[in-house]
Amino acid sequence: MKYWRKTLDQDQVKPIRGRVEVLKDRCKQCRFCIDFCPKQVLEESTEFNRKGYHPVYAALPNECVNCGLCELICPEFAISVVPLEEEEVKEEARYV
Amino acid sequence: MNQNGSEQKHYIDQYLREDRMPHIWCPGCGLGSILHCFLSSLIKSGIDMDKVVVVSGIGCTGRAAGYVKLDSFHTTHGRAIPFATGLKIANPELQVVVFSGDGDLIAIGGNHLIHAARRNIDMTVICVNNFNYGMTGGQLGPTTPLGARTQTSPIGNYERPFSLPYLAAASGAVYVARWTSMHVRRLEQTITEALLKRGFRFIEVIAPCPTTYGRRNRQPTGLDQMRYYRENSIIRHGADPKDVDIDLNGKIIVGKFIDIERPTYSDLLDEVMQRAFGTELPKDDTSKEEATVVGSAPK
Amino acid sequence: MSRRGPLVGEFFMNGDIACAEGGISAGCRFFAGYPITPATEVAERMSSRLPEVGGIYIQMEDELASMNAILGASWAGVKAMTATSGPGFSLMMENLGLGIMLETPCVLVNIQRAGPSTGLPTLTGQGDMMQARWGSHGCYGIIALSPTSPQECYQHTIKAFNLSEKYRIPVLVMADEIVGHMGEKVVIPPPEDIPLTPRRKPTVSPEEYLPYKPDADLIPPMANAGEGYRFHVTGLTHDERGYPVMTAEAQDRLVRRLVDKIEKNKADIIEIEEDGIDGADVVVCSYGISARVSQFAVERARDEGIKVGMLRLVTVWPFPEETIRKIAKRIKAFVVPEINCGQIALEVERCAGGAANTILVPHMGGSAHRPETIIDAIRRAVR
Repeated sequence: MKYWRKTLDQDQVKPIRGRVEVLKDRCKQCRFCIDFCPKQVLEESTEFNRKGYHPVYAALPNECVNCGLCELICPEFAISVVPLEEEEVKEEARYV
Repeated sequence: MNQNGSEQKHYIDQYLREDRMPHIWCPGCGLGSILHCFLSSLIKSGIDMDKVVVVSGIGCTGRAAGYVKLDSFHTTHGRAIPFATGLKIANPELQVVVFSGDGDLIAIGGNHLIHAARRNIDMTVICVNNFNYGMTGGQLGPTTPLGARTQTSPIGNYERPFSLPYLAAASGAVYVARWTSMHVRRLEQTITEALLKRGFRFIEVIAPCPTTYGRRNRQPTGLDQMRYYRENSIIRHGADPKDVDIDLNGKIIVGKFIDIERPTYSDLLDEVMQRAFGTELPKDDTSKEEATVVGSAPK
Repeated sequence: MSRRGPLVGEFFMNGDIACAEGGISAGCRFFAGYPITPATEVAERMSSRLPEVGGIYIQMEDELASMNAILGASWAGVKAMTATSGPGFSLMMENLGLGIMLETPCVLVNIQRAGPSTGLPTLTGQGDMMQARWGSHGCYGIIALSPTSPQECYQHTIKAFNLSEKYRIPVLVMADEIVGHMGEKVVIPPPEDIPLTPRRKPTVSPEEYLPYKPDADLIPPMANAGEGYRFHVTGLTHDERGYPVMTAEAQDRLVRRLVDKIEKNKADIIEIEEDGIDGADVVVCSYGISARVSQFAVERARDEGIKVGMLRLVTVWPFPEETIRKIAKRIKAFVVPEINCGQIALEVERCAGGAANTILVPHMGGSAHRPETIIDAIRRAVR
């Protein structure tokens, strides 16, 4: 999506970023997080976890805005989202 | 070590009985999300966790009491509210939360619900409504919408269900709200707000039950039910509770419907005691610390 | 309104009121009940007395709720009781079971009336004795006392509280309508002369505390809600942690202890009164109001020269099996008058084991026995 104008302080606004951490063996593949993530960060993996489900993983980690919805909506206490510091954001951007 | 033998931890684990995890709830069930919202609200409310007591009845939702690392009571079917009433009145310092299901609180325990609301006992009731008796395999309940198929209404339900907000409000609850387990953020805010309020607070949370209800009503997965909530929920704060009935696969009106002030049971008790005995209230000589402190929520 | 603490002195009161005063003396500060004849006076008395001593009276919506409310109050650390009669007693059975499973100290007074169903609300009966023992589903130990006068209503209620705290169990005071409504002198001693059993508190830290880890005498110490122990308890079969365990082994361990904690402490719990049993040919075994009528009959029979003894069950449950067994070997027969069609008589017969006859003197309720009926039975027993 392209914006036709920029806010005056855009260069000073820090992007809010988060990192999705999944405790794979807790996932029961209900797909709530996948469906309700506003940035479509999560996807089902092809691997099997200990329970025989395909656990979710962050397919688009750079898109995460640390809203925490997946963390709260996960019925298995399997997902946590950690806010990333500015340096970490830069650090991650370099490798991803 | 956590539930699966791995060293990884979740921040909420410290409030869960990890040795009892994983919980018994099916994939696609909404109870885990709601329990997470409740614990998160408790943390946000800043209430002293040592004073929080969770009381449940019987059923899938009734298992919640067993999973929280708090003083918690798993009582008999339908009796969570009178048990909680005894706890709260005997020790007003406790922050009492009843966490149970619709069959438990509304059918077998319906009488206790309306009377606790009438007395305005200081407690928060979180009633998870999945429209059927899940644990016993999906039978018709007091909230099953007209026409819904269950194990005991195989050709469709022909009993008119209760509208829980209407029931709670009419009985005298001072705080009545309804969300679905999809509205996690709003639910979290509502529970936090309710925890910090005094009086009988009633929160209905509609939750998917794919295994025994959704499957028979064209929503075979938890996700189907969650999508249905997303597409059919209408947020209408302040709606008149008499207008929030739920039809089978129809619109669901959610929001905070009632938020009023009314003296609690203990307020009125104190008032009468003051009148009868003057300013110096009787202090017990043997067993109880204080007969007059009311409520633990910040005022 | 003036405040009165626990009463001290001599009073003229009925058994219902004596039960309430016994509760006050025992430190009961929470009463939840529902009006029911002939137990209503207990609730009425509590509603006026508890506010005076800083306690709380709450009238619940039914007996199911009343029983639960006292369990909740007990877990909040306050001594709690309720009072009821026949139909209400039936409703309380469900959560009496919960009280037994959660091992919750509390007292339940039953001013018995004649049943079944609504029966004779204003008239006496002793038909709930087996219900007191087996009324809630499943296997468990139970303690039930049977007062025979207002004075005993007072004392038994205190004793019931002490036993309930000591053994962590709901204790039943099985009075009846005649005792409940009979006005007599009741002597209430000063508080310092009434020994009270305190609750056994955990001695370990909250991290180490296991709510159902028993001490050597099979009784687990009890933490109250809000004290920071963060315990979980459940009506499901559970282990020492209080967590549900759905196995035959866990069931065996738990239920065996629930039964044994009463069985193995019988000697401490059971109280009986014997009169003239040595050398007797016949022993009248009775309890409650029937024991009082029996006493009169025993004295008349002795006037006739019959060697008759009297055994009064102060504690009906647990049943004094050993005592009955021993006496049975030395006598011809037991005579058991009771206001039902034979409940405790079955126990006597079982324990006598054929060594002595058991002659039931049934009475369907509505009044006490006529002494002549009992005297006739004694005469028959020696024939």
